[in-house]
Amino acid sequence: MSQNNIQSDSVQNPRVTWEGCSVLLDINDGDRLVFARLTAGSTLKIGNKNYSLRPLIGCPFGSSFQIENGTERPYLSRFIPSTEEREGCQIVDERRDNRAIVDNNEAQTLTSEDIDEMRRQGAKGDEIIEALIANSATFEKKTAFSQEKYRIKKQKKYAPRVLLRRPSARSLCEAYFKKYPNRIGFLRVDALSLLLSLANVSANSDILLVDMVGGLLTGAVAERLGGTGCVCNTYLGSTPSPVEIVRAFNFNNEICKRIVRAPLHDLCSDQTGTKKIDSCNAELNVQISTISIEEMPLPSKHEAADSQTIVSPQSKMGKAPKAGEKASEEALKLWKENGFSSLIIAAPDADAWNLVKVLLPLLSYSAPFAIYHQYLQPLATCMHNLQQSKMAIGMQISEPWLREYQVLPSRTHPSMQMSSFGGYILSGTKICSS
Amino acid sequence: MLCSDGEKKLSFCRSIKDGDLVIVYEKRDVMKAVKVCEASVLQNRFGVFKHSDWIGKPFGSKVLSNKGGFVYLLAPTPELWTLVLSHRTQILYIADISFLITYLEIVPGSLVLESGTGSGSLTTSLARAVAPTGHVYTFDFHQQRAASAREDFQSTGVGSLVTVGVRDIQGEGFPDEYSGLADSVFLDLPQPWLAILSAGKMLKQDGTLCSFSPCIEQVQRTCEALKSNFRDIRTFEVLLRTFEVHEGKMDICQGDEGLSVGSPPCKRRQRSSEGSTVQDSSSSPTIKAKPCADARGHTGYLTFSRLKCLS
Repeated sequence: MSQNNIQSDSVQNPRVTWEGCSVLLDINDGDRLVFARLTAGSTLKIGNKNYSLRPLIGCPFGSSFQIENGTERPYLSRFIPSTEEREGCQIVDERRDNRAIVDNNEAQTLTSEDIDEMRRQGAKGDEIIEALIANSATFEKKTAFSQEKYRIKKQKKYAPRVLLRRPSARSLCEAYFKKYPNRIGFLRVDALSLLLSLANVSANSDILLVDMVGGLLTGAVAERLGGTGCVCNTYLGSTPSPVEIVRAFNFNNEICKRIVRAPLHDLCSDQTGTKKIDSCNAELNVQISTISIEEMPLPSKHEAADSQTIVSPQSKMGKAPKAGEKASEEALKLWKENGFSSLIIAAPDADAWNLVKVLLPLLSYSAPFAIYHQYLQPLATCMHNLQQSKMAIGMQISEPWLREYQVLPSRTHPSMQMSSFGGYILSGTKICSS
Repeated sequence: MLCSDGEKKLSFCRSIKDGDLVIVYEKRDVMKAVKVCEASVLQNRFGVFKHSDWIGKPFGSKVLSNKGGFVYLLAPTPELWTLVLSHRTQILYIADISFLITYLEIVPGSLVLESGTGSGSLTTSLARAVAPTGHVYTFDFHQQRAASAREDFQSTGVGSLVTVGVRDIQGEGFPDEYSGLADSVFLDLPQPWLAILSAGKMLKQDGTLCSFSPCIEQVQRTCEALKSNFRDIRTFEVLLRTFEVHEGKMDICQGDEGLSVGSPPCKRRQRSSEGSTVQDSSSSPTIKAKPCADARGHTGYLTFSRLKCLS
């Protein structure tokens, strides 16, 4: 089992950050999410100031940070949450209401100049919040619930907190879904989970993928394989689809070398002929792919301005194997003989049936498959054609539905906002044609 | 079901052997798990199937009965197993199972604690997720149920990844020997809040916990209990809507010009521009999809949280 404080290549589940590791920074309870790499020089911008991320190196994932006023400049400092229950949460019977609250902008007697002055004198965020509460004419009239809300709102502004999250399929999927859903084809975390389960992704299996969702799927599958088996990402034409999100996972060498790519043409061609031309092409492909992986920075350009965190992923590993190398000849041969153990497709712009009809024959018999699409019709057509051609059984199109709840004493209800669409998934099992 | 030997490539191309577990598929909702035994037969509405005919055939094959009826023989997966296992308790299904495994961040090598074991539907998927180097310790207070689950895990081939214990987790908590070692804890108990303190002791820092409860009152009390030692407390409900696909002709209301007098102008414009294609599609069948009429409307609430980092 993995031990704390040890970061070696054999540990898949590190619990403590190290220099050069990829992290997800959650600012104020999910209000803002930032992908970052922890280096001595990387910074995070909160408000109008930049903060060094150096204090985060060597801290456990899941730890929180807040801003402290240093002698020279404010810095991020580790903050240990209390295990005491907060006051004000237990009140169930509430007599106060909002009849006496009038929105005339006169409730707060502290001006922004006063607050700036407090800051200049080195007041902590918590002290400013207490001062705001003390100078609010209406705070005491508010219900306990809205007092709590007021406190949280002020805390976010005057005492922001940064939570250090570990990048995983879950956290990355959620972050991308929130920030850049189009880059991951609007693949919601419950839909991603279904793909992994329905395709029976398990240790020592060889999974064939069409990942046109930025590498999120490739990363999620590789995470489940844990350095066993193989993820083979296939593509049409000569340019592999970018899989830059894979770099956001802190994969060790063992896992990286299990992530390979192969043009569809190589997987389909038979043992003889056409091979020579392919290897010429391959040369070209390697270059293209290296560029596409190298140049796609983990944070977006937009993000990069947010936090200067781009460093070479090789800084720690030296000459580490890169994820997404071209599949070896032996591997291709093995797959041609045995077939892949399952297939997952997440190609938002591709026609499902056109892919499935060429990819399904590459699977071994009784292999499960799962195809994600944002539109129903391509999957319906695909399912119908598979039924007609008797290529697969046990087929189903399903649409996941996910609702989050606010759970609080006497205030439990579904969240006011939800994602109303998680895409469609066609799943089934390939059968023996003979 | 799982290949725990890294050297041996998992390949379904391997043929069915005496003693293998196969999933006999009649149709999507009629499946059965069968242990292949050379001398045995399977009898169903399609006739009598001799197991000896199955041996040597690849998984995924169609096999015939004495009367010419047929079934398919599939290799077992945790998803298929969930559909065929014998229900000794209410079980978890694919939507909840798949979501909670991702959300708990269970990966190969993880140490997972589960209670109760129930019918082992989730446990089988947990075992797949922690393989090849992790382990699932699952507890149920029901002696007989634990024994049946143990037998099932042997027959599905996940026995080496799962240890079934008989223990009342609500009453006694998890065994101290796993203190601080668990990556994730899953609770499916009538009063999960009684096990939260113990679960917190078992987990590593930032370790994940999930509690499954059908009733909102259970969720309410669980969330209260989680507040002191856990953060990121989030409750979800996850469901699946399934679709039917049919091929059929769509009647296009062609009508003559006289009929369209009262229809809105946009309709007429559409017809005039697409007139020829509309006529074509009226003669060729189209593929149509619609949601199935019946669905599972509620399974349970999934409450997730992570242990606070205190050091």
